[in-house]
Amino acid sequence: MNVVVCVKQIPDPADPGALDPTTKTLKRDGKLILDESDSYGVEMALQLVTAAGGGEVTLVSMAPNGEVSGLRTALAMGAAKAILVSDDALAGSDALGTAKVLAKAIERVEGADLILTATESSDGYTGTVPEQIAGILDLPSVTFAKQIEVDGSTVKVQRQTDAGFDEVECPLPAVVSVTAGVVEPRYPSFKGIMAAKSKPVDTLTVADLGLDASQVGWAGAGQEIVSIEEAPAREAGEVFEDDGTAFEKIVAYLDNLKVL
Amino acid sequence: MALNTIWVLAEASDGKVSGTTLELLTKARELAGTVEAVYAGGDADAIAGQLGEYGATKVYATGDLGNALPGVPVAGAIAALVEGGNAPDAILAATSYTGRDVAGRLSAKLDRTVLTNNVDLEVDGDKLVTTEPVFGGTTNVKTTFTAAGPHIVLVRPKSFAAEPSGGGAAAVETIAVPDAGRSGGAVVTNRHVEEREGPSLDDAAIVVAGGRGLGESDKYEMVEELAKLLKGAPGASRAIVDAGWVPYSYQVGQTGKVVKPTVYIAAGISGATQHMVGMKGSKNIIAINKDAEAPIFSISDLGIVGDVHKVLPQLIEALKNR
Repeated sequence: MNVVVCVKQIPDPADPGALDPTTKTLKRDGKLILDESDSYGVEMALQLVTAAGGGEVTLVSMAPNGEVSGLRTALAMGAAKAILVSDDALAGSDALGTAKVLAKAIERVEGADLILTATESSDGYTGTVPEQIAGILDLPSVTFAKQIEVDGSTVKVQRQTDAGFDEVECPLPAVVSVTAGVVEPRYPSFKGIMAAKSKPVDTLTVADLGLDASQVGWAGAGQEIVSIEEAPAREAGEVFEDDGTAFEKIVAYLDNLKVL
Repeated sequence: MALNTIWVLAEASDGKVSGTTLELLTKARELAGTVEAVYAGGDADAIAGQLGEYGATKVYATGDLGNALPGVPVAGAIAALVEGGNAPDAILAATSYTGRDVAGRLSAKLDRTVLTNNVDLEVDGDKLVTTEPVFGGTTNVKTTFTAAGPHIVLVRPKSFAAEPSGGGAAAVETIAVPDAGRSGGAVVTNRHVEEREGPSLDDAAIVVAGGRGLGESDKYEMVEELAKLLKGAPGASRAIVDAGWVPYSYQVGQTGKVVKPTVYIAAGISGATQHMVGMKGSKNIIAINKDAEAPIFSISDLGIVGDVHKVLPQLIEALKNR
């Protein structure tokens, strides 16, 4: 079976985030890495292709400056090829604009049976892109999957709910978003890393996709930032080193709050 | 100046309207002249009273969706109303599984943007302005819509206090759910309710959360035990959810749940910015971490620099002996 995985390349979460003062968007000019949320989708896709006995994993990504480092990581894990959409016109895209771009890229993948995404990205965390992609492509979808199995032309999913989980069946092709921890992502082998360097990455512009620049980027986002303010900081209380009796301080604190 | 009409996507379970729905209805009353609800489920009549009590004058009901997931049919029903000429200025939904799915599908159907993760709403002239905390909650970004409505907004739970207006029951109006064709293919074949002791993470007055400092997944038992002793709910940092120790439903943070309990105990959690945004609204924060430089100590009311493997068992023992 052929699986498409939407992956995002994001600023390293270990680096403090910053907003560009002029555009007021997240600065993305530093090093970008594969969003950890997407490593689960990539791993899941690789496992499903193996279980099916054949097929391949194609990555789809939208990133500035022709960035491919995150894609190379996923290719090193075992994905076969990637489509990257990179275009200055995409700066400032909202989730819907992003979904339009990714949907167009996905349409170029022949024989795609299943499209996997994370439930949300680690930097934008809007959480709406999977359903937006499914809506644009008119495909059925299941979000918040904590387990996935493919049975012929049906995907069987355990979907996280507030009360526990639902078992959901969905005909392929479909869009499924996966929660973190759904599988243990593999570490790329040295061989995989070397092979990734020559795996095909097709880089496309907005025009290549047949999209109008007015539908994406700042122009298409339909929103504008009014202000950016520092939030009031929370003041910290006392900090104690444990000398073996710190637990008593906690008990006393809770007692004082009358919650015991 | 206020908006004309706001619709709130109502969620309910076992005949009880969700806390977040009541919060959104309360806020909507402040912002718009007319507040109406949209509800997917066969028991709209049973909840019309509660919805009306919090300000909804009408509830558009899809009826029982059977075994369909709500995203596609509800978005389709709302889009049909809008395209038929009945459009509100804004549609508010909770950042919940259903809220995100409906907002995503509706956004694509109407070709409208969605503003997400908001914790505040205000009307400036005739513009709806949302507030979203970013960078671990250190910065608040206010955004407004520049294109025509209806404006779709996702709001985090516990952003507002729910207050009844004392209104009468909302009038129930059944709405059509258009055939979704291919998009509607997913069906729920079984629903599993996980038996859970104690309060849910969303409602608990006390939350005990564990992080990577616990070392290994077995050690999470201490967090569960402490939560149980305190009649609270267990929670988790993203790190241990990613590691598969506990499911995503336990996650507290920017991507996960926002909680505002009376007491939040963070055990073995360093306090990554994305975690802090999920819990810094807690009234009292207790942190235990062996690293004195851990950022969590910058927001804790009581900080203990120590080994969770020593402190937690002692604490559990002391509480058991009371």
